[in-house]
This record gives sequence, C-alpha cells and structure tokens, in this order.
Amino acid sequence: MTMGAQGTPVTSSELLSVVASRELVARRTVFAGIGLPTLATELAQLTVAPEIEVVYESGVCGAHPSHLPETIADSVLITGAEAVISMPTLFGCVLQGGHIDVGFLGAAQIDRWGNLNTSVIGEWDSPAVRLPGSGGGVEVMANAREVFVVMRRHTPHSFTDPLDFCTAPGPDRALAEGIRPLGAGVTRVITELGVLAREGVGHELRLVAVQPGVTVGQVRAATGWDLQVADAVTTVEPRPPRSCACCARTSTPAASIFAEP
Amino acid sequence: MDRTDRPHRTGRTGGTDKVMTMKAAVAAFVHDGDTVCLEGFTHLIPTAAGHEIIRQGRRDLTVVRMTADIVVDQMLAAGCVSRLVSSFVGNSSAGSLGNLRRRIESSDPEPLAFEEYSHYGMVCRYLAGSQRLPFHPLRSYGGSDLPRVNSDLRKVTSPYPGPDGEPEQIYVVPPVNPDVTIIHAQRADRGGNTQMWGLTGVQAEAVYAARKAIVVVEELVDDEVVRSDPNRTLVPAHAVHAVVVCPRGAHPSFAQGYYDRDNAFYRAWSAISQDPDRIQAWLDEWVRGTADHAEYVAKLGEEYWAGLAVGEALSEPVDYGRRL
Repeated sequence: MTMGAQGTPVTSSELLSVVASRELVARRTVFAGIGLPTLATELAQLTVAPEIEVVYESGVCGAHPSHLPETIADSVLITGAEAVISMPTLFGCVLQGGHIDVGFLGAAQIDRWGNLNTSVIGEWDSPAVRLPGSGGGVEVMANAREVFVVMRRHTPHSFTDPLDFCTAPGPDRALAEGIRPLGAGVTRVITELGVLAREGVGHELRLVAVQPGVTVGQVRAATGWDLQVADAVTTVEPRPPRSCACCARTSTPAASIFAEP
Repeated sequence: MDRTDRPHRTGRTGGTDKVMTMKAAVAAFVHDGDTVCLEGFTHLIPTAAGHEIIRQGRRDLTVVRMTADIVVDQMLAAGCVSRLVSSFVGNSSAGSLGNLRRRIESSDPEPLAFEEYSHYGMVCRYLAGSQRLPFHPLRSYGGSDLPRVNSDLRKVTSPYPGPDGEPEQIYVVPPVNPDVTIIHAQRADRGGNTQMWGLTGVQAEAVYAARKAIVVVEELVDDEVVRSDPNRTLVPAHAVHAVVVCPRGAHPSFAQGYYDRDNAFYRAWSAISQDPDRIQAWLDEWVRGTADHAEYVAKLGEEYWAGLAVGEALSEPVDYGRRL
C-alpha cells in the first residue's frame, strides 16, 4: 500500500479510479455500472473530463449529486438530476439505441480478446464461486462504442484464456456467431499493475503502461496468456494530490467510499 | 355553480376500494408454487411484502426479479423459493449473498434452479409479457455462453433484411407472465392509481405482465392528490388488485423523499448471510418474530429511523391548465 499526499493510505480502488478517470478525456457519454465505475466516472467529472455526461445503470442522466454517491442508486444522484428514465428506455433506447460512447465494466475473469466472465468460477452446474452475473454487462459490451474494464486483481486466474464462462462477449465472439455488435468491445483494461489496450475487432489486448514501480515482466507473469507488449510502454503518472478530488466537496470521508467491499 | 367547479364525474377515482392489509393481500394473491415477481430496481424494493411471504410460510415459489438482493436471499433462507429468474444475484456493491451462493454452489440445504438473464433480457421478458407477445428481440447474447445454459435464449432470423440487405440474426427472449407482481411505491389512492418518482425501473411493465398485482405504498392519498398530477401515475388503478399501506416497507432500500437507503444494513447483511445459523436467528427475530411490518419498524426504533431521514427537495409544481 502506498501513501497519499497527506500521508493517508491509498487503496488500490482509489488508484484504479484515478487512472480510469484519466482515460475518459475526450469522451462524451459514459455508462456507469455498480462499484468502481461509479467512482471512476465521478472522479473524471471532477478532474479531467468535467464535460462528460454520465448515464447511471439505475436510469439517472445528468446527475448533480450533493455528496459523493455510494452506489448507482444513491438518492443524491436523483435529487437535482437532469433526467431519470425507466429501464426500457435506458437499456432499449439509450444503450441499444447507440447513445453511449464508453461503457465501464468490472469482471472476475477477462481473456486476451476482452471477453468477460461475471457468472461463475468453475463449472456452471456446480460452480466453485457463484458470481453476481451479467447485470447490464452483456448489453454494455454489445452496444457501447467502446468498453473500459477495471480489474481489482491482476493474476493468472483473473487474466485467463479460455474463460471458465463467457458472460459478456466482445465483438469477435459475436461476429463468429453471425451477430454484428455496435461497438469495438474492450479497448482499455485498468489494473493495479498497469493499463492494457486493444484497438477493436481482430486485435488482442496489449500492455501499454505500467504502474510506478512495476516491470513489464511482472505484468506478463501475472497474466495467464502470452501477453503482447506495445513498442513503447509508458509509466502511469503518479496520482494527483488528494485535495483536488472529491474530498473537498463532500462530507463523506473518501476513505469509506474507496474502501474495498 | 360554475361548470369548472363541478367534479367531472361522481364516484371514486379508480372504482373499487382495493385497500387491504399486507397479511390479507399475501394470503389472497400469493400461493404455494406461484411465480412471484418482486420489482424495484435498487429503489422501492418491496421488502415488507417478501417478509410477509416468509411469515406465511409460502413454498416452492418461482421468484422473478432483475436484481436479486437481500430480500431474495432472505426468502431463500426461509425456504420459500425453488426457482429464481434474475439478471444480477449480488448484495448491491456491498458483497455477496451467502444463502444464494450456498444454494447454487453446493445445493445447501437444497438445490436452487437458477435461470440467468442480462438486465435487458429481463426487461424484454416483461415487455413481451405485458404486451402478450410470443417473444421480444434484443441485440444481446451474440457469442455469450448464456444461451448454452439457458435454452430460453434463442436466435431467430429477422423476417426483414439487415442494413446491408443480408438476412439478420437476432436473439429473442420469451414473455414472463407472473401469477402476481408486487411493487412498492410512494403513494396511491384507494382504487390503486399508483404514483412514484425517482428511480422507476421496470415496475409498470412488471405489473402489466402479471395476472394480479399488489401495490405497497408509503402512504394512501386522497383522489384529489393523485388527480392534481396525473402524469406521475405510472400504474393506473385498472392494473392493480390490492393496495397495501406499509410505511417504510422498502427498508433497507429507500423511498425517494421519504427515507434514505440503509447502507450499513447492506454491509451487515454480507456478514449475516455468511452463517446459516445467523440468518435463521435474524429471520426469527426480525421477520418470524414480528407480527407485521409495523412491529419491525417499531422494533428498529425512532432513533434508528432518524438516521435514515432525508431533508426536503420539492419539485416546482406544473400547470395542467383548465378550460375557461
């Protein structure tokens, strides 16, 4: 664990959120699901990308929260929001209708093409771990123009090929079945070790950046397949001082928001 | 009397008075073996109704719910449920559902049949169900393993050519028509005209998909209150069979403008649900050990509720106008 600007501990969740938020520069509309994506998009709005529109999986558009939201359904997201829409409108018209530039997802497992498993570890019929399932992940992958993935853990078990189960398939798998998805699938994967990128259909994930103090070899060793590496791997910039972000404008202690569940 | 001062018609708004106690509504409309839909997407979750189903000891239910969370875990632990149809089986972002995981991972204490969908797959099932359509198409599932484990996710060829003039393949989901749908809302009149605001999820479609519908509300209001803002009525009286007045009945979820989400309880449930004995003790104390939801509310105590209180944020009134 590293230390923040004021000597407070920085969790991996916080680090991931800061890095993920930077990737949102120059994007217009972002779809945020449960968990880390909420933090990353909120942080992006407060720092590098104040103009992005965040659409929450609960149906809130144009939120102006008085406090940092704890979940996608926090009541502070609704009070003062520009719009709140129903599920058929959200998933049918907004997402499937092609209005989302970036979807943000998490997963238990990801493979080299950016396909995601959020259903089971082990066999479907007798899983070692029953995970929460798709949520809107299948729809985000199929319909957002690109997808950013935040992975809490970078290990050969979570970065694995093949997956135990493919819940949310990228465009390569969809096309193989004769279905044309709207977007490029996963284009960024942000982990505690670095950032992977992928250009779209037919491309594998490649390592493009490492976190400070992490080597390319460490990332490759933590990946369950022979990970491709970009010609020039950069180092992720150290995080901005704590005072610039959410803590200043909310009464909720950042430490509780960023705590691991 | 000036014409504009006269009521347009006499008689009750919405016709029959449908107000019932929770006990009577569950007894009348939820039977062993039924398919029961509980909707409310993270907001207005009909927890009190789930608890009454537990108190009455219903068995062999098929529960249909997009986000199967704490109330579903509690109904599973109480032995009410044999089949679950859902698109998210987790304790929000606060952790996992211990009982649900034990049922699925190790059939402990008994197996649970689980039909997995995505969120929009569930929405489309409600849409097809509410409109009595044979199926509903959606641009999901291409390349997913879900159709391999859920044979109700099927692919058809569109009868129309795709954008490139070639035949187009698309997945479809079947309708769902629950025996009963139960939703929670801020307010209704005695006839069942139901008004809600904030996150409104898929409640209206879930009600229309069902054969019967129970609406649980924070408060019963006069017809005039409903009729002062008809656009806020998301579920009209004709779709409702019972109106149950049950303040704070969505706890630990929230009711926009009434009380906030009990985030501490969501976190606590992740720990409680890890231990089967602790779950049963919790159900004994808070559900089976209380006569009704009013007793549950009183048992939590006013100090506890004060911690979930919200301040006022009124909307600007809109002007519907009237003919001069």
